[in-house]
Amino acid sequence: MLSRLKIWVLLLSFLFLAVLPIVAEWIGEEFYISLVARMMVFAIAAMSLDLILGYGGMVSFGHAMFFGLGCYSVGILAFYELTNGWLQLFVCIFGTALIGAFVGFISLRTSGIYFIMVTFALAQMFYFLGISLEAYGGDDGLPIDTRSEFFSFFDLSEEWNMYYLILGTLTACTLFGWKCVNSRFGMVLRGSQANLVRMEAIGFSTLKYRLSAFIISGVMCGLAGFLLGNLTEFLTPEYMHWFRSGEIMIMVIVGGMGTLFGPLYGAFAYLIFEEVMAGYTEYWQFYFGPLLIILVLFAKKGLWGLLPGKENLGDD
Amino acid sequence: MTDLILQVKNLNKAFGGVVATDHLDFDVRQGEIHAVIGPNGAGKTTFVAQIAGMLTPDSGEIIFDGQEISGLSAPERSHAGLARSFQITSVFPNFTAIENVALSIQAHDGHSFRFWTTAFRDAKLIQPARNILEQVGLADRALSLAGNLAHGEQRQLEIAMALATKPKLLLLDEPTAGMGAEESEIMRQFLLGLKGEYSIILIEHDMDTVFNLSDRITVLVYGRSIATGAPDEIRSNAQVKAAYLGEDEAEINA
Repeated sequence: MLSRLKIWVLLLSFLFLAVLPIVAEWIGEEFYISLVARMMVFAIAAMSLDLILGYGGMVSFGHAMFFGLGCYSVGILAFYELTNGWLQLFVCIFGTALIGAFVGFISLRTSGIYFIMVTFALAQMFYFLGISLEAYGGDDGLPIDTRSEFFSFFDLSEEWNMYYLILGTLTACTLFGWKCVNSRFGMVLRGSQANLVRMEAIGFSTLKYRLSAFIISGVMCGLAGFLLGNLTEFLTPEYMHWFRSGEIMIMVIVGGMGTLFGPLYGAFAYLIFEEVMAGYTEYWQFYFGPLLIILVLFAKKGLWGLLPGKENLGDD
Repeated sequence: MTDLILQVKNLNKAFGGVVATDHLDFDVRQGEIHAVIGPNGAGKTTFVAQIAGMLTPDSGEIIFDGQEISGLSAPERSHAGLARSFQITSVFPNFTAIENVALSIQAHDGHSFRFWTTAFRDAKLIQPARNILEQVGLADRALSLAGNLAHGEQRQLEIAMALATKPKLLLLDEPTAGMGAEESEIMRQFLLGLKGEYSIILIEHDMDTVFNLSDRITVLVYGRSIATGAPDEIRSNAQVKAAYLGEDEAEINA
C-alpha cells in the first residue's frame, strides 16, 4: 500500500505526461514531445531493471543488451522492409524472452559479483556482435527509414502518436510491475532476495521464479528498446554498451532501488540533469558524480524515498 | 515398522579427513520428541543439514514416511512433509510476521506464477496464517515487521513458518538459541503444547528443555551415536556422563 501522498504524486505525474504534448504545442515548443518521449523510454528500462535488481537482488550489469536487442528487432526487420509492427513486436518479445532465458539460465547459477560479471560479459558479447554486423551498419549504426506500422489510423510517423504509444506502454508496464511485485510471484522474488536458503526450506524451488523474473524484466527492457528504435529512427550497437547498462542502473539507484516507481523519476532526473548541464559543459558527469554520492549516502531509497509517508504492508 | 516417521540407516559424511557423521543410525517414532544432543563439534549441524537436504550424505539411507529422501532437494523434502527451523533466526525481516507465515503457506498452495492478485489480500493465505500466529501466540504482532520483533518472538515466528507447511516431521534446530531464562521458559511451554501433535527432532543445548520435553534422547559424539534412550536412561548412562556431562574427562578416550 502506498501513502496517500505518493499516490497523488504518481497520479499528477501521469496526468502531466498525458497533457504535455498539448501544452508543448500550445507554447510552440514541440521538441519537448520527443524529448520527454525519450525519457519515458528510459523510465521503462529503469523500471524493468528495478524489478530484478530491487526486488530480486539480481544485479544485472548487462541490461542494456535487451535495450539494444529491442531496437535491433525493429531496425533489422525494417531494413528488409518488414515494417509490420505486430511482426516486429512479436520478434522483439520472443527474441528478448529467448535470450533472457539463455542469459538468465547461465547467470543465475552464480551470485554476487559473479552474477554481475556474467551478465556484463554476455551483454558485451552482444555489443561486439552488433559492431561486427557490417550489413546493419556495424558500429556506425543504421537509420530506420520507416517506423513500425500497427494500424492505418494510428500512424507512428506522427510524433503525437509515437508519444502516446510510449506513454501507454509506460503506464501498462508500471501497472503490471506494481501488481507483479505485490502478487504471490512478487513475494517469492522478494523472499529469494532476502534469504534463498530459507525459501528453499519452506518449499520453494526458487530458480524457476527467479529465471522467469529475469525474462520478464528482459522483455520489458526489450520493449523500451523497441520504442527507442522507433522514436530515434536509428539503430546502433552503442545502445548495448556496458556504459548504457551502468546508466540504467544509476537511474534505478537515483530513483530508489526496490520502490518500482522511483526509477521512473530516477530516469527523468538523470536525463533532465544531462540535458540541462550538457548545455553548459561537456563534462556534466563531473558534476553528477558528487550528487550521486550524496544521494546514496543520505537517501538509501533514492528520490522516491525522500517523499514523506510511512511505507506500509506489501511495500517495504 | 510402520510407526517410524523417520529412519536413518548407516549414515556417513566426511569432509576431507574429518568424519562428521559416522555410521549413524537414528529413528523417530510417530508423535515423539526425539532430542539430539552432543558437545560442540559432535556433528549435530552436519546431521541436520543431511536430514534437511542441504548436504548430501556420502552413504547411508534416510527413509522418511516410507520414502528414501536422501536424493531429494530441500524444497522437495518440504513438500514431502519435512519442515525445519533454523538455529540462526531466518525470518524475513522486511516482511510482517503474518507475511512470513503466509509465504510458507503459499509455498504449499500450488505454483506461484500468479502475477495479479495482491498476496497480502489473498484470504487463502492470510486466514490460515492468522490461525497459525494465534497458535504460537503472536497474533497481536501480526502486522509488525519481523525484523522489529523481540528475539524470542522471532524464534516463535521461525517455528510458526515451519508449522505453516503442515509438516509430518519437525526438525527444530536449537529453538531456544540465544534466549534468556524467561524466554526459554515460554518456548518450552510452547514446545510442550506441540508434544504429541507433531513428530519432532529437537537439536538443543539447553539441558532443561531436552530432559523435560523429550521422549527419547540420542547423544552424538564425533559423529557417532553413543547412546539412545529415555531421559532417565541417558541421565544415568556412564558413557554419556563421561563424554557430555563432563563428569570424568578421562573416560572419553576409553
